[in-house]
Amino acid sequence: MRNKKRSEGKKRTLIQDRRKQFIPLYIMLIPGIVYLIINNYLPMMGLVIAFKKVNYQVGIWNSPWAGFDNFKYLFKTGDAFIMTRNTILYNLVFIVFGNAFAIFCAIAMDTIKNKFFKRSSQIIILIPYLLSSVIVSYIVFAFLSPSSGFINHTVFGLLHIDPVNWYGDPKPWPVILVIVHLWMSFGYQSILYYSTLIGIDKTLYEATVVDGGGTWHQIRYVTLPCLKRTVIILMLLAVGRIFFSDFGLFYQVPMHSGLLYSTTQTIDTYVYRALLELNDIGRSSAAGFLQSLLGFICVVTANKIVSKVDSESALF
Amino acid sequence: MITRNKPFIAFMYVLMALLTIACLFPFLLLFMSSITSEATLAVNGYSLLPEEFSLDAYRFLWTTRKNLLHSLGISVFVTTVGVIANVTLTTLFAYPLSRKDLPGRNAISLFLFFTMLFNGGMVPTYMVYANYLHIKNTIWALIVPYLLMNAFYIITMRTYINSNIADEVIEAAKIDGASEVQILTRIVLPLSRPIIATIALLAMIGYWNNWTNGVYFLSSDELYGIQNFLNEVISNAVFLASKTSGSTMTVQIPTVAVRMAIAVVAVLPVLIAYPFFQKSFVKGITLGSVKG
Repeated sequence: MRNKKRSEGKKRTLIQDRRKQFIPLYIMLIPGIVYLIINNYLPMMGLVIAFKKVNYQVGIWNSPWAGFDNFKYLFKTGDAFIMTRNTILYNLVFIVFGNAFAIFCAIAMDTIKNKFFKRSSQIIILIPYLLSSVIVSYIVFAFLSPSSGFINHTVFGLLHIDPVNWYGDPKPWPVILVIVHLWMSFGYQSILYYSTLIGIDKTLYEATVVDGGGTWHQIRYVTLPCLKRTVIILMLLAVGRIFFSDFGLFYQVPMHSGLLYSTTQTIDTYVYRALLELNDIGRSSAAGFLQSLLGFICVVTANKIVSKVDSESALF
Repeated sequence: MITRNKPFIAFMYVLMALLTIACLFPFLLLFMSSITSEATLAVNGYSLLPEEFSLDAYRFLWTTRKNLLHSLGISVFVTTVGVIANVTLTTLFAYPLSRKDLPGRNAISLFLFFTMLFNGGMVPTYMVYANYLHIKNTIWALIVPYLLMNAFYIITMRTYINSNIADEVIEAAKIDGASEVQILTRIVLPLSRPIIATIALLAMIGYWNNWTNGVYFLSSDELYGIQNFLNEVISNAVFLASKTSGSTMTVQIPTVAVRMAIAVVAVLPVLIAYPFFQKSFVKGITLGSVKG
């Protein structure tokens, strides 16, 4: 009887000991949790601003409710259509072309056997990834400057084509922005895929060769299937951000030219401009709210579909 | 891949060669235009082989270096403090999360992962920092918002620790009486060097290249880092004149070349630091990436 009691007491202290041993780990987590609350969770509560008729005199929390007025206003102007269309279309093109191109480059890196060439090309293609969008906008300007840009002056000069006023004509910008985006991001993505490629079991390739499979056969039946998981995960993450755009790319690279808004305005640049130029906090928040909500719905739906098809590849 | 398909291999070599040129060429154009004389730029435009070289832009920057050095200094400070803080926070979060025996681990993971899926957006974030934490026009505005910690880095590092440091190693250390802090500093940190270098480089690029925090939270140019300096120079010709005047207003300012020269100055530190991190960077992308 006594013994049993004692052993029970011992057990309890053991559990307490076990609990206690984790205290240092929880303490380590505190700074990060505090930061997440400040930087991520508090702003989520601020999404109510989208439903408020903001009056700075009484403060945001005491401002009267506006229902869906901010949203109605947003859709009435037609801005909503243009910026949503631009954001989604650009992202779709970036996802499709970006991934296809990166996979292609990864296969190229895998084919190249010359160590020096392989290493140096890996170093160099990552350089654009290191540049800020401000710098990239300078570089693009060196190409597209209407009077002395490389394209107008040198390329078109040699080909005897009339110079184009790049910063005044919205039509070429979808192509320009896609090229600039690819230029900035393909190195990083290629290396991501390449890292999956070097992990592929070599015997798989050997087996294909024994079966008489050539280069294309290997790519089709070994390389691409092995990349499937990485592709799906990267795509899921990209789909979750389909209503978000690279603010720097769309804000800096077109040089704030108002003439280009029809093809360069995205939700992010609109939110910022509405705030800065129109000082319209309600409309900005409404656009931001839609962006967060739709993005969330997208990623959850996409993940559901993926987990139905192949539960291994799902994000969560 | 095993291939003897000569045309295929040749094609891939040519492709990679062209891509590396495509990555270098724009950068070279930027550099060359910064050492081209203003007159040549006006007549011949930007080109790789300018007719007349000139270091006037750099000379000019040197005579008016005070403001440029000031913003470079701010960028260096912000980047140094930011990278150290970021790596510390990331490590302190990733290590406990990597411990499979930690009670509440899944809840904490979800708490972290949810921030990747949903966010409050720009306006509310601005409100929290400007109205509640009052960091507008302080150096903290350049360090704390958005950049200090990132769920993606933490998940990457957690994955790295889980797949590279066996549970038995940590278990053995515990039996030997090591405290959690000792396990972290003596075992986990030394074994996580590649991933820490990767995160440090990513954080460094993030801080050095960030201009949005300056645009959102600074209303005067005293605390402008190099990117905000550049941003002002390109969108506002008056800014360049006001920030570089005081010496000799009579001298013609080589505006175009000077802009490009400032851009070159802003890129150099990244390019200088990059080779030191490059090896572990590629390795880190390889090791920690995407395996959720």
